[in-house]
Amino acid sequence: MLLYVFKRLLQAIPTLLIVITLSFFLMHLAPGGPFDGERQLPAEIEANLRAAYHLDQPVWRQYLIYLGNLLQGDFGPSFRYKDFTVTELIAQGFPVSLELGLWAIALAIALGLPLGIVAALHRNSSVDYLVMGTALAGVAIPNFVIAPILALVFGVLLAWLPVGGWNDGHWRNMVLPVVALSIQQVAYIARMTRASMIEVLGTHYIRTARAKGLSEREVIWRHALRPALLPVVSYLGPAIAGIITGSVVIEQIFGIPGIGRYFVQAALNRDYTLVMGTVVFYGILIVLLNLIVDVLYSALDPQIRYDD
Amino acid sequence: MTTEHTATHPGAGDLPAGESLGRDAWRRLKQNRAAMVSLVLLILIAIACVVGPWLTPWGLNEVNWNAFRAPPSLADGHLAGTDANGRDLLTRTLYGGQISLSVALVATLVSLVIGVLYGAIAGYLGGRVDNLMMRFVDIMYSLPFMFLVILLMVVFGRNILLIYAAIGAVEWLDMSRIVRGQTLALKRREFVEAARALGVRSRTIVMRHLIPNTLGPVVVYVTLTVPKVILLESFLSFLGLGVQEPMTSWGVLISEGVDMMQGAPWMLLVPSTFLAVTLLCLNFLGDGLRDALDPRTR
Repeated sequence: MLLYVFKRLLQAIPTLLIVITLSFFLMHLAPGGPFDGERQLPAEIEANLRAAYHLDQPVWRQYLIYLGNLLQGDFGPSFRYKDFTVTELIAQGFPVSLELGLWAIALAIALGLPLGIVAALHRNSSVDYLVMGTALAGVAIPNFVIAPILALVFGVLLAWLPVGGWNDGHWRNMVLPVVALSIQQVAYIARMTRASMIEVLGTHYIRTARAKGLSEREVIWRHALRPALLPVVSYLGPAIAGIITGSVVIEQIFGIPGIGRYFVQAALNRDYTLVMGTVVFYGILIVLLNLIVDVLYSALDPQIRYDD
Repeated sequence: MTTEHTATHPGAGDLPAGESLGRDAWRRLKQNRAAMVSLVLLILIAIACVVGPWLTPWGLNEVNWNAFRAPPSLADGHLAGTDANGRDLLTRTLYGGQISLSVALVATLVSLVIGVLYGAIAGYLGGRVDNLMMRFVDIMYSLPFMFLVILLMVVFGRNILLIYAAIGAVEWLDMSRIVRGQTLALKRREFVEAARALGVRSRTIVMRHLIPNTLGPVVVYVTLTVPKVILLESFLSFLGLGVQEPMTSWGVLISEGVDMMQGAPWMLLVPSTFLAVTLLCLNFLGDGLRDALDPRTR
């Protein structure tokens, strides 16, 4: 198992290098530099600044320096937020996005699994149709439509919850964004759980378990549930990626100071270094999370052993 | 004769006599009511988007100075109301649909061409080349594409051609995996062997004999890719990173609608409804096609 984790980490290196290299060179194709302001800087000062940030070096040297800095967690200075480095901005925004994302994943699993199981157990009943119909709507209506509608209904018309803002993570501020972020994943997880549960319930060993007189509860909880959950676990990787991407929109709509919002604003302001820093950061995050999900998957499925 | 037969009627040998795969699938699809309703709705939406903007009495950017943010009404001819600048919302939504649907079709086509060729070549050549090509796909899979696309938009400006190419370049990965799997299974079949024995070139075998036989799963996957692309485009446009004024798309309109949600809810509801109905129909149609073309359910 340790060997497998090690091998996967090795495989992650080329992926990350591609992300970093692509974004680095794209960034250097972009017009403008970090010191183009409205105010023209004196030539000596600009030369000093350029030297301090190694901008006077050839591009390949800059690339190596950037890689070296990245290894130490330094993403360089921001173009727009002059007093902050990109690292500081990410360090500010990430805990907020993480909290939002974790709650959304938790809600997606807590709702999606039971809904899918209930639908599978009452296949082709009205409960099933209701759950699957709702799930289909959840898949088809994008979260940037759901989020403003939620804000309008619960924030403005009913005035139960704040329309936006973070308020240091008060739960009342968190409800709407978390719900908006997880709806799509609830729908996907419910659909997947239903499909895999139906498949498992049709297998021979479930028939055997029933034939030897186990109670229906025991059949489902002890024999059907675990194998039925496997495809859902393997979906967690894409689900996490979906929630990370979704948080970009949701943070923008609800005005939450996470990295998603920094990212969009940086993209609209052409704050190249901040865009690049966040892209690289997201890249590392997604690769690592996928690794964790795969390890979890192999731990759950006795048929998969990565020991070669 | 044999090879030509298989090329024009894919997999005809597996079926009861006298019915092609296509006709069989169509018959099965017709029995699926949800898929057929979706198909009809999609055709209607497409026709409305193409023809509609000419039939409405207002132009795309024509301002009605008497009706700013006017609610939908029959009396003044703004069936879906007007936006904050007094432009007819129905005209804009239908026109936006043209852009959204064309992005979806072109980007899907791009991904289709890349994915099918890539997958078929990898599967046909096999061995080390296949291994290398698929390892590349694995690496591409783990890239945070959404963010790289946004980075592209930021650096190169927001060009609609770039949107086509970027989204197409993102979506070909699944397609190549599906086609490769199919090709691996197909290339051991007798008709390929026969073609090779007759001295047909590798290129012709891939283009004439392998690719046409992978079309079933590919068609299913295309109907599932189109909604993904529509969603991606509107996501980008919603963030202000996709389609730009004076053009518009469903994503742009939804984004404008969100800003005006309290005073003019129709500005959000009209484009969202078009988007949601299109996505739902495409999902139903994709599911229906999968059931119709999947030989296991026969």
